[in-house]
Amino acid sequence: MAKRTVEVELSTTGLDAHGRPQRVPLVTNDGGSALAVEAPPGIEPELEGEHMLINIGPQHPATHGVLRLVLELDGETVVRCIPHIGYLHCGFEKIGEYRQYNQIICWTDREDYLNSIGNNVAFSLGAEKLFGIEITERCKVLRVIASELSRIMSHLVWLGTFCIDIGAYTPFLWAFERREEIYRLLEKWIGARLTTTATRVGGMAADIPSGWMDGLRQFIRTFPHTLDEIDRVLTKNAIWVGRTVGLGVMTPDEAINWGLSGPMLRASGVDYDVRKDFPYLDYETYDFEVPVGTSGDVYDRYLVRFEELRQSVRILQQAADRLPDGPVNIDDPRVILPPKSKATSEMESMIHHFKVVMEGPRPPVGESYFAVESPKGEKGYYMVSDGTAKPVRWRIRPPSFVNLAAIPKMVEGHLLSDVIAINASIDIVMGEIDR
Amino acid sequence: MSRFEIVRTGASATETQPTTPKNIPHRNAPANPSAKALQEKFGGRVTRVEVIWGETVVFIAPESVKEVFQWLHDDPSQRYDFLSDLTAVEYRDPQVPIEIVWHLRSLPYRRFLRIKAQIPKGKPLEIDSVYDIYRAADWLERECYDMFGIKFNGHPDLRRLLMWESYKEGFPLRKDFPLRGRFSRSEQLRQALAQNPEARYSMEELTIADAFDELPADMKKRLSKGERTGE
Repeated sequence: MAKRTVEVELSTTGLDAHGRPQRVPLVTNDGGSALAVEAPPGIEPELEGEHMLINIGPQHPATHGVLRLVLELDGETVVRCIPHIGYLHCGFEKIGEYRQYNQIICWTDREDYLNSIGNNVAFSLGAEKLFGIEITERCKVLRVIASELSRIMSHLVWLGTFCIDIGAYTPFLWAFERREEIYRLLEKWIGARLTTTATRVGGMAADIPSGWMDGLRQFIRTFPHTLDEIDRVLTKNAIWVGRTVGLGVMTPDEAINWGLSGPMLRASGVDYDVRKDFPYLDYETYDFEVPVGTSGDVYDRYLVRFEELRQSVRILQQAADRLPDGPVNIDDPRVILPPKSKATSEMESMIHHFKVVMEGPRPPVGESYFAVESPKGEKGYYMVSDGTAKPVRWRIRPPSFVNLAAIPKMVEGHLLSDVIAINASIDIVMGEIDR
Repeated sequence: MSRFEIVRTGASATETQPTTPKNIPHRNAPANPSAKALQEKFGGRVTRVEVIWGETVVFIAPESVKEVFQWLHDDPSQRYDFLSDLTAVEYRDPQVPIEIVWHLRSLPYRRFLRIKAQIPKGKPLEIDSVYDIYRAADWLERECYDMFGIKFNGHPDLRRLLMWESYKEGFPLRKDFPLRGRFSRSEQLRQALAQNPEARYSMEELTIADAFDELPADMKKRLSKGERTGE
């Protein structure tokens, strides 16, 4: 049998002022080996205070992507958490400096891939600010529909995977069934499901096909039933409540100072929503509420996101009712391509097409930061132009990156099994965090 | 279980309901009132104020970063409590200095402000950290260091974040860094595989008790001398 040794310092630990186990400094001698004593024969060494290093990820289903967490455990309690990211780093921001504005839109699909069409909208709005373009009324309403559909999709994925992490399987299937319906709608509209690239600077890639609104109305009518079903199964379920209440609490001041945004911030009782406070796309004219939590724990984040699903349906209903007729794209030959039929038959249109595609639209010298309320939080695009067709700097402000930075603060002092619940409640997408 | 008082945004703002801005002029839109307050308070250390597409940009001297941000955060007439973003910009023109850019929001006043500091050419890329004022700056500053090589003085744990800790090629978002990297694809692949980053732990993690025994002797020695970060 192997001899067990135990560090001298490790056997004499207490709890710190917050009742958490104290971190044990490792004392070493000059030779570099740890000072150790052997336990007397027949006596088990006192293991209290002996800490263990556990590595979760980067390939682990409960880390929602390639997140790696290194945990220091005292028994089952997390003493310290060190997150590692960057396993999916693709250098989107660097690539963006070598692409025209319309070409960057397809990169925005791939960062937060659960909210791809919402990112397209956000990027186009930022670029239009840089170009000084006002989009048409119909385009605005279509973009609101796109953003809210994408919020529902993202929250449904979050809800389903969160359920699986905690141990409920059925709501996952219900959520993904409805998500599939939205993907079918998007496929009819754009032609793509996940990587949509739906917008262009100054408009949309395509107007909605005839009959599309019927599909949307059908979805709006039936979706609340699914929400009611999931609500009935989860919200007052004793296991669900027991696994989520009181975990990962952030107070309002902490949440603001750590830069949390979106449902994470609102669950802590701060009613900051970009759609209300710094509105875009005429969101102030839609009638919807911003759900706010009061305890800042995992359960409140669940409640906030769940209510946001209902509010998104309300916004969708209003947008579907007010969708005006008219052109989708603005009438500006600097940025908008001529119709395909003309480009292949008329000389002027062909030259126009060639110039927009090959040279690219050029914004004036300047910079813009445009933030939208993405499902994860405040998503910002910061673009700097020096007057050429390619941005000098394209910066993504990723909401789940900043939210994830607070995970050590949230998990320390909780049990290992709660780390999974807390991590799931942040709603991270590694594509967006690593970019 | 504790219940928090709900914090309302715009509690100190004068206008009741903000609206979507329309037809923003390229320049000379009305500036954020905080810009004037900053000029009065800090005088010559606020070098320039611009308004571009309705967004106020305040240029400050790089040595006064900490003072300015502390004042913006604490002063009851400003209360910029939310650090949205922190990044850097290097221009294609090599004569233009590198800029550090902070995007701040004041939730009580519903204001948005962009602060910039230029690091003069030839000076080391260093600036004060705002970690003590905004904890959101933790990863944002690490990312900025990782991508641009800007050192944030006062950050407690300034390590590479997205690239691995022993990455030797430089700082990817600098303009002198080629799009495809410095080495050939095969060399990059060889180096990446040799790193085996999943098997690596930082020095800090290795101080956690049990992992220590499996260290090579020289690492143990360096640890015993109090070395904490880097390799």
